[in-house]
Amino acid sequence: MSGLIDGSERSLLTFLENLPGVDKVGADNRATMLGTRSIKTSSKSMAIDLAISMIDLTTLEGADTPGKVRSLAAKAVRPDPTDPSVPSVGAICVYNDMVEVARKYLDAFGGTQIPVAAVSTAFPSGRASMAVKIQDTKDAISAGASEIDMVIDRGAFLSGRLMEVFEEIREIKEVCSNEAHLKVILETGELATYDNVRRASYLAMLAGADFIKTSTGKVSPAATPSVVLVMLEAVRDFYRLTGQRIGVKPAGGIRTTKDAIKQLVLVNETAGSDWLNPNLFRIGASALLNDLLLQRMKLKSGHYSSANYVTVD
Amino acid sequence: MNKFEYAPAPESRSVVKIQKDYDLFIGGKFVSANSNKRFTTINPATEEILSKVSLANGKDVDRAVKAARTALNKTWAKTKPKERAKYLYRIARILQERAREFAVLESLDNGKPIRESRDVDIPLAAAHFFYHAGWADKLEYAGFGDRPRPHGVVGQIIPWNFPLLMLSWKIAPALATGNTVVLKPAETTPLTALLFAEVCQQAELPDGVVNIITGDGSTGAALVNHKDIDKVAFTGSTEVGKLIACSIAERGIPATLELGGKGANIVFDDAPIDEAVEGIVNGIFFNQGHVCCAGSRLLLQENIADEFLIRLKDRMTKIRVGDPLDKNTDLGAINSSAQLAKIKEISDSGDKEGATLWSAPCSLPAKGFWYPPTIFTGVTQAHRIAREEIFGPVLSILTFRTPREAIEKANNTPYGLSAGIWTEKGSKILWAAQQLKAGVIWANTFNKFDPASPFGGYKESGWGREGGRHGLGAYLKIGKGAK
Repeated sequence: MSGLIDGSERSLLTFLENLPGVDKVGADNRATMLGTRSIKTSSKSMAIDLAISMIDLTTLEGADTPGKVRSLAAKAVRPDPTDPSVPSVGAICVYNDMVEVARKYLDAFGGTQIPVAAVSTAFPSGRASMAVKIQDTKDAISAGASEIDMVIDRGAFLSGRLMEVFEEIREIKEVCSNEAHLKVILETGELATYDNVRRASYLAMLAGADFIKTSTGKVSPAATPSVVLVMLEAVRDFYRLTGQRIGVKPAGGIRTTKDAIKQLVLVNETAGSDWLNPNLFRIGASALLNDLLLQRMKLKSGHYSSANYVTVD
Repeated sequence: MNKFEYAPAPESRSVVKIQKDYDLFIGGKFVSANSNKRFTTINPATEEILSKVSLANGKDVDRAVKAARTALNKTWAKTKPKERAKYLYRIARILQERAREFAVLESLDNGKPIRESRDVDIPLAAAHFFYHAGWADKLEYAGFGDRPRPHGVVGQIIPWNFPLLMLSWKIAPALATGNTVVLKPAETTPLTALLFAEVCQQAELPDGVVNIITGDGSTGAALVNHKDIDKVAFTGSTEVGKLIACSIAERGIPATLELGGKGANIVFDDAPIDEAVEGIVNGIFFNQGHVCCAGSRLLLQENIADEFLIRLKDRMTKIRVGDPLDKNTDLGAINSSAQLAKIKEISDSGDKEGATLWSAPCSLPAKGFWYPPTIFTGVTQAHRIAREEIFGPVLSILTFRTPREAIEKANNTPYGLSAGIWTEKGSKILWAAQQLKAGVIWANTFNKFDPASPFGGYKESGWGREGGRHGLGAYLKIGKGAK
């Protein structure tokens, strides 16, 4: 535990209540201003490769099949089959039952170093018993997941049962132990206020999250620049308090190279360059990768290619 | 760990065409100055000479005032209010169409970052013309009584910190209310005013309604002292403001004076801390601190002072200082060597008087005029840096223990232009706003401007208001005695 609280409900609530508030107008202004940074030429090509290496390449559909996951795995290892200089993505992110398939194909395609992330704890709603959530997580880990993306119980959070949310995260963290990294999805679109986003970020970090993640991708708005700003401030300050660096993962709504670069600028000018690596920053996305690849080709060749020059998966 | 350096992203200079030299704009035409003298205007970021502009002498001022008087009598007074509005709308649209050109030129001549000229100065300048265009034909219904009349010929003098924006604060309400103007831009930043003269031609504004004469302090003095002007509007230093007040006192003509300030930004312990840090940074480093309403004094509640300073310094290390035309620059060049010398002189006094100076680590360009973002801690009310306007990127930080003490310190200044209140408690905002003796009070934000909002100061920060209905009134003869 971080030493900031003693594990009792009282100390948790006191800590969270004493966090400074977030002024929405001010936070939005800052995020918008950082969105005007102009990232060109060499810094753009560096940012594109960095963003590719940070992607949690994701498929979370009811219609997912082994075939779909197989092509995702191939893409994750070699995003651009014509250009070996393109880095592999950070991870692939799938539902629990696809973990084994994902692991198998990643290994088969030479991506043994690429982790499989599984969404867990009755994703996306989180509405299940604790026993089910624990089993869900155990299944994923035993199938080969080395990253667990759990959802918090937003109902409990919004009704003020913060200790319940805390305990759930703590228990799932125990299940993960040393075998899997824990990302905690706050579903900021349902928490609605930036004050809540800040409180939930701290709650997750105090309970043992390795990463805090904005959204499931099933709720809109998702990873808005302002929300990511507030979460980056939280990890920055948590590091100052504890010496522990927690990662951030925006997910949902980041589709273009411009969106992704804006996220990197937010990281750079908020948490700082220490966070600019896949161990501390990930971007949950699916369509984004192809746009990054097209922009990468454009920078190399000087002209835009049609979308048919990147693979559709 | 990756260092994410931003490659240079300069805005192109090719949109502006700067002439080798400029004449005076009098009676709708560019005419050579009677003085036959010119002076240079430079780019303060590089010291490169941009152009030579005319130095108007007393005879030139006289010509300009006569042109304005003729235009008033012959055309402008006979122009229907709704026609006046059309000219203002036209000017506003042209400013928008040529926004990039104006923004680049402003950054070249002034040294301010293109991000600010592009996102603040030029859009606000256009907004002032749009706003006042709407008033032109509604003056009788604006609550000034029956038939409010224009004063006549207005002499206007503007500063170098927001050249085009201050021009629009002056010219838009003057024209909307039916006055004609003679405007003198600042000595170091004449170029956007001269480009604006071209806009007046492009908009086919009747000759002589707007006259723009460039020059130095002597030109300004000649304009203020000219016996045929009916009103003075001035934005600049308190020192010059006092001279103007003396000069016009014996003639009994009205004046609007927007002068200096030493704004206090008060951060209470229940403030939204991260946004307060942003607001403090914006309050003092916006436009290199060349802002009359800058939040140049930070009053911190003592129990959060240490924590706040850590965050403020951390944030200041991220301020990007350099080429004003680079789209990623946050802090540009100091406008002139004279201003830089003044900033250095007052900062040195802070050091000598025992305050602690800290500047954000940053490399400054070799040429041009630069000053790093700087704070002083351990400042007391007795220090010069707490009392005098520095007009640069230098913040004086004081602490307080109770809300009452914060108000007392904030008000303990000869100025009274702006103040900021940072707290999440609404009742405290309302209480503090009632106690503060300042013309503009921001709560949980700073340096926000809108043409509909009156702007002006208490005490030595000036007379009258600009903007909004209040600002409009300053350009009208109001009441039964009005002829």
